[in-house]
Formats: sequence, structure tokens, C-alpha cells
Amino acid sequence: MSDEKLKKTEKDWEENKYGKTVNRFGERKDEFKSDSGRTIKPLYTPLDLENIDYEESINYPGQYPFTRGVYPTMYRSKFWTMRQYAGFGNAKETNQRFRYLLDQGQTGLSVAFDLPTQIGYDSDHPLARGEVGKVGVAIDTLADMEVLFDQIPLDEVSTSMTINAPASILLAMYMVVAEKQGVNPDKLAGTIQNDILKEYIARGTYIFPPEPSLRIITDIFDYCSKEMPRWNTISISGYHIREAGSDAIQELAFTIADGIEYVQAAVDIGMDVDQFAPRLSFFFNAQMDLFEEIAKFRAARRLWAEVMEERFNAKKDKSKMLRFHTQTAGSALTAQQPMNNIMRVTLQALSAVLGGTQSLHTNSYDEALGLPTEDSVKIALRTQQVLAHETGAADTIDPMAGSYYVESLTDKFVKEAKEYIDKIDELGGMAKAIEAGFVQREIQESAYQTQKKVENKEKVVVGVNKFTEEESKKAENLLKVNPEVEKHQINGLKKIKEKRDDSKVNKALQKVKIAAQSEDKNLMYPIIEAVKEYATIGEISDVLRDEYGEYKAQYI
Amino acid sequence: MEKKIKVLIAKPGLDGHDRGAKVIARGLKEAGMEVVYTGLRQTPEQIVRSAVQEDVDVIGLSILSGAHTYLFPEIMKRLKDANRDDIAVIAGGIIPEDDHTELKELGIKAVFQPGTPISDIVDFIKNEVN
Repeated sequence: MSDEKLKKTEKDWEENKYGKTVNRFGERKDEFKSDSGRTIKPLYTPLDLENIDYEESINYPGQYPFTRGVYPTMYRSKFWTMRQYAGFGNAKETNQRFRYLLDQGQTGLSVAFDLPTQIGYDSDHPLARGEVGKVGVAIDTLADMEVLFDQIPLDEVSTSMTINAPASILLAMYMVVAEKQGVNPDKLAGTIQNDILKEYIARGTYIFPPEPSLRIITDIFDYCSKEMPRWNTISISGYHIREAGSDAIQELAFTIADGIEYVQAAVDIGMDVDQFAPRLSFFFNAQMDLFEEIAKFRAARRLWAEVMEERFNAKKDKSKMLRFHTQTAGSALTAQQPMNNIMRVTLQALSAVLGGTQSLHTNSYDEALGLPTEDSVKIALRTQQVLAHETGAADTIDPMAGSYYVESLTDKFVKEAKEYIDKIDELGGMAKAIEAGFVQREIQESAYQTQKKVENKEKVVVGVNKFTEEESKKAENLLKVNPEVEKHQINGLKKIKEKRDDSKVNKALQKVKIAAQSEDKNLMYPIIEAVKEYATIGEISDVLRDEYGEYKAQYI
Repeated sequence: MEKKIKVLIAKPGLDGHDRGAKVIARGLKEAGMEVVYTGLRQTPEQIVRSAVQEDVDVIGLSILSGAHTYLFPEIMKRLKDANRDDIAVIAGGIIPEDDHTELKELGIKAVFQPGTPISDIVDFIKNEVN
């Protein structure tokens, strides 16, 4: 059918069929809006795809701009990696949880560290009091990492570590543990989050100011490109930006803008873009608006490919491929009628699968109440297994392609995210935009508007503002971190300090200091040496704190 | 004119999640209260010092890390030591129900779960202060 004819038939339908019915009976609401506040039309047709060229903007899986997926076969050769984020208490308990998850068919590990570890404090630091082992596992020295990965063959699993400011230290520890298992660094597969920009924006575990932080990050890029070619050197994360309250388009735009800042920083110190870009990875949120989320994932691939080709002149396909992890939205979990969260997680996970994710974490239904139980974690994992094995969602590549609605949303997401990126460019890039408070303000505004929409019931949350019930049942068997963990951890640390050779530790720390002072040295090498001598995370971080100072957040 | 109710919204400990804290801070402001937000990583000492200096009527503690079991008693103790246990303390975030009784015994007036409408918190504060 020609476009002209189609325009006529569409208009005809709109006026005579749809319009007439609406005039008589009205619709459920005056205006239909997506989760990000964009107006949704009653119907999408081929006319919405008029200006989208298939080969240019969509193309085949494994081909630029990778809208349909980064690999030519996607889930037909291998499902996404089922990777549940876990960690609590001490290394021994977490090691047991890891081995349980692997026994249940999980295919990759994901380590949650406690807050002192994430902020570079030892467990005996005054600011660590009450926090040790709470939101993740406590790691002070290499000795803890040895226990954490005990009997887990590091050449067989891939491991993701949610660690940012002290990422070099934890990466060094992982590598040394592997070495002790007889596994060379070039055999190791996994990811460190290592994304400091979103810590300033949304997640809060920063230590140093942006400039030295970027230097630490580019040192990791450089080191891994030489020694750990299978390691994802960063996981550029929209997840926390979304959790902080952004909408889907902001999540996309700010994440890609963060990516641009990292690539620029590495190019600025003289690295060849094709040398490090293939190991950049991404991390997105899966929220409730199914179609927007699918569009967001597809748009992210296309946008990144275009950025890498047009802005950075990347040559290798691998440099242009946006590979990503997804986690379902923690902020969508409700404390009220918590079982409903199982359905929410299922739908969010489906969006990630239809969006072509490389790995996935599904939240447990009881996480708005506390730490998840072993049973609720199992249901979360089973949700992925059901999606993979029973639904057929993984049997053809990018099944949503060609949907008039999803393709039109995908295209719109790319365009609107580009407008944001232009704005950030005008502000001088992401680090500057963060310093100016621009990004934080945008996110806070969205967060507040979302809250208002929930309160005035414009946005329905089942069990919270509609279909509510008097809560009768209390959450049962929530995981409790043993209150003795802190004491034991501090005792363990003391013992390690007694056993190690302090003069060697001091020498190693001195070398970290020298490298920190000199731009042409790579910090990774002396950090690895310090870790081998059982220097603590706090000691190594303190050396860097002395050199670089600490970041102070501005509150708007 | 009636004196504005003054609230300190505080983030104790190392927890970096402050979406809730910021949304509540703005909501209370829009409800006509004067609100001070401490920012992240506040020690119990810092929180009590700010509360006393700013002479607030209410402290709202936001925490999602599970460290409330240590931090909240510290804060309540320091408030008492400063003779300011007249300041009403409320809390929100991810705080397991099992802990609520203990926190209330410490003198914390209310623990709000995720999903609580801001208007409920506003009403509670007004009731508590007046």
C-alpha cells in the first residue's frame, strides 16, 4: 500500500471508527502517557516508521548500529547470564551463598560489598561502625577475598563486582586470588562497576574528586587492555540513575553521556579507542513500562554505536557494541502486598530479555522489607529460568522489531537522548554537568514528579494507592546479618595485621604513593604488589586520599 | 503568623540512597515547613549537632543500609545527652518490621515504610509538634 493511500485510510479510521466511538463512550482517561511522561497515541501504524530506514537505523543483529542485538545469534546460541547480586556478612557466609546459587543453576557471580569496603574504610574504622557486612560482604584484605572465592573455579565462572572508587584494589585482589588458584589474568572473565560519575550523581559511594577518579579508571582500562583482555573494565550504569528517580530517557541519555566522558578521558591520555572500547560494558534498569523499557535497550545500542563511530571514529565493530547487564527496578518493589512484586519482576525481566540483555539480575519480592531470604532469591532466579525455557521469548532474535509502537519509541528515544547529550556537551561534558548540579537537578525533579503522580493516583501502584488491603501478614524469615559479624571481622583483620610483614607493606604503600604522584605510572601495578603483602583496603585508599583529597557533594 | 515547623532530614551512616530523603524534604517544604537536608554520610554526632544548632522540631532519619540498629540508638543517646530529647524523631527507608518495636522503645515516634504518602508524614509531624 502506498503511503498516500495509507494516510487516507488511517485518517479515515481515526475519524470514522475511533473518533466516533471515543465521542460516544469516551476513554478510560483524558490523556495516555508513558512512564516517562510522553503522550501515547491510540494506535501506531506503518506511517510512524516512515522516516526510519531499516538498514541504517535498525539493521540485522550483529551489524551496525546493532539495534537488534550485538550478536548475530543472540539467545539462540546461549541464554543471557543469570547473575544474582549477593553478599552479606563475612566472606565465608557469602561464599556459601555463592555456591548455593551456582548449585541452583546460576551462571555467573555478582558480588555485593558492604559500604565500608565500597568507600575504602577498613572494618575497624570509626565510620564503619554498624555498617560491617550489612549491604554486602566485608572485605579488608586479600585474606577475605581468598575465603570469598574458596572452591569456586575462577577460570570457569565470570564474576561481576559492584565496586567503584576502590575498584583497582578489589580487581587486584581478585587477580591475585586467581593466580593462587593457578589461573592467569588473561583467563579471567567478569566486570568491575568502576563507574564513578554515577556515584556522584546517584549512588553516593565516591571517595576522590572527579579528576583523579578518572585517572584511576583510565589506568584500569590501560592495565586490562594489556593483561586482562576478557575483563569488562567498567559497567557504565544507568541503573542507579533510574533508581534515584530519573525517567527512562534520562537514564539512557545520562548513561551514554557518562560513557562519552570515560572514552574521552582515555583518548585524552593517548589511548587508542579500539584498544579499550571493546571492554566497556553497560548496566541498565528494567522498570514497569514494558514497551518503553524495550525501546530504551534497543535505542541504547544504536545510540552508543553511533557515538563510537561518529564521535570517536572507532573502527572495530566490538568498540561500537553496547553489551549490558540489567537489573529489575528496586524502586518498583512495594512493601505492601509484597508477593505482587513477583509479577512486577517477571514483567521487568521480560523487557530486558526482549531488549537483548547480556546478563540479568531479578530482584527478590521481599527487598522493600529487608534483605531477601534464600527462598525469595530462589524464586527470583526461577523467574529467569521460566522466561528462558518456557516462554519462547528467547527463541527468535529481537522479536519486538517491526512493532510500529516499539520501533517508533526506539527512534524517539535515540533522538531525545541526543538532545540531552547536546545540552551536556554545551555544559562541557558530564563531569562539568555534574559539578554544575544539572544532572542531579533533572533527576530530583523527575523523582518528585513521580511521587506526586503516585500520591494523586495519576500513576497507579497496585497495593499502594489502589486495591489496598489492611496488611495482615508480617514478612517472615528476612535475612538477618549476624550482629557478631563486625566483631569477628575486626578480629580477623587484627590477626592478619599481626601475621604480615609490616616493612614490606609500608614499602608497597610507598610505591602506590609514588605512582599516584606521577601521571605516567599506572597505579594498578603497585596496588597489586600492596595487595599481595596484605595491605588493607583502608591503607591503600588512605594513601590515595592523602594525594587526591576527598570529594565533597553539593546539595541543591 | 504561626511559626513554621522546622525539620532536619538526615542521612546517617554510609548509605548513599537519598532519593527518599530528597523527595520527603521537598514534600515537607511544599507543605509549608522549613527543611534542612544534611546530605550523605552523617555521623550521629553531626546529626545531633545540626539538629541543636538549627533548633529543629523534628528529625527525619532516612536509612536503607540496615545500619539503623547501631546508628539510631547512638543518635537517641546523644540527643538525650544534649538535653534535646524534646525533638521528635521519625524514620523511614528499609527498616524491617521486626526492628520497629525496639526503635519505638528508644523514643523514635514513627517508622514509615516505602510507599507512605508524604501527606501521611505531614499529618504525623503536625500532630506531633502541635
